[in-house]
Amino acid sequence: MKGIQLDMISKEKLDRLTSVEKIRMILDGVENGKIIVLESGLTPQEETKLIEATMTKITPGEFSGIEIESYPSGASQSWLNKLLKKPGSGSRLTMIGPADQLKMIKRDRDVISALVSAR
Amino acid sequence: MGIIKRIRSNFSAALNRIFKRGRTRRIGIYGPPNAGKTTLANRIVRDFTGDVVGSVSNIPHETRRAHRREGVTIKSDNSAITLDIVDTPGLATKIDFQDFMKAGLSEDESRRRAKEATEGVIEAVRWLDDLEGVILVMDATEDPFTQVNVTVIGNMEARNLPLLIAANKIDLENSAPSRIKSAFPQHPMVPISALNGDNIDILYGKIADHFR
Ligand SMILES: Nc1nc2c(ncn2[C@@H]2O[C@H](COP(=O)(O)OP(=O)(O)OP(=O)(O)O)[C@@H](O)[C@H]2O)c(=O)[nH]1
Ligand SMILES: [Mg+2]
Repeated sequence: MKGIQLDMISKEKLDRLTSVEKIRMILDGVENGKIIVLESGLTPQEETKLIEATMTKITPGEFSGIEIESYPSGASQSWLNKLLKKPGSGSRLTMIGPADQLKMIKRDRDVISALVSAR
Repeated sequence: MGIIKRIRSNFSAALNRIFKRGRTRRIGIYGPPNAGKTTLANRIVRDFTGDVVGSVSNIPHETRRAHRREGVTIKSDNSAITLDIVDTPGLATKIDFQDFMKAGLSEDESRRRAKEATEGVIEAVRWLDDLEGVILVMDATEDPFTQVNVTVIGNMEARNLPLLIAANKIDLENSAPSRIKSAFPQHPMVPISALNGDNIDILYGKIADHFR
């Protein structure tokens, strides 16, 4: 069967990985044309590291970057919540794929709809 | 990070904010490519110093290097604040040189622009660590739920730094600033037109308030 490989990574596995390992796993997968779904998302700092790492990998004609989609974190922002908030605790289910193969159709606070195409 | 450590670091961030009062604060203008960041930076700097910051273009990734303008005093009706303003390159997770060719640039120019644009994104991301507040500019005709917006907001929230959303291009008929408000209700938002100046005084008032 020809198709597109989809890797779904559990929260348990993600919790065992360091930031560097997570970003490497994501980019290695996406560069090979995979769609990666993370059960729990990245921290904001990891997101910026992923953007940086993606930029260094972009090569005209070969790799044009990533599409990444997740839900915004919950809006409860009392000062106590903010103070005790585990970094990244707001991060949620996240889908990442090659920019030329994963297209968002519609995104909402609670529904993400995407189109995946072969190369 | 343990809870105690976390409380301590958030507490010291809060203390820093209090003691930095009165000092010039460094504020970044962030957002996706083409949102109108440089148009806004130019308007602010022109209104208060008579100068400009950088060039504006309908082709994305026009700004590919951060530009800092020091000591801009923004005055509103009942307050004033002095800021260093950093206009940053548009943030993106993908850059396709073919998009620049479609916009009419030659292949060579497009490849060069793509290369510089990737460097610009890295520079913008790195500047985040050196700022004390952000004006996040969004194009109000577009979907606000993008990773770029979520990432900028998440970073500022994680560091307890103030963020102000400018919902830009409200002069366009299909703009919907209310969509931005409902996407990110926890942050103050001002609908503006950086191009023709709609609501710009309201924005200046909010800047003076929010980054104090
Ligand atoms: N209609 C309308 N157009 C605007 C407004 N603000 C900016 N623009 C236009 O949007 C385009 C992009 O503006 P820039 O200021 O270069 O955008 P930028 O966010 O700095 O873009 P990059 O530097 O490429 O990331 C230009 O064609 C501007 O004239 C606005 O309020 N209304
Ligand atoms: Mg610009």
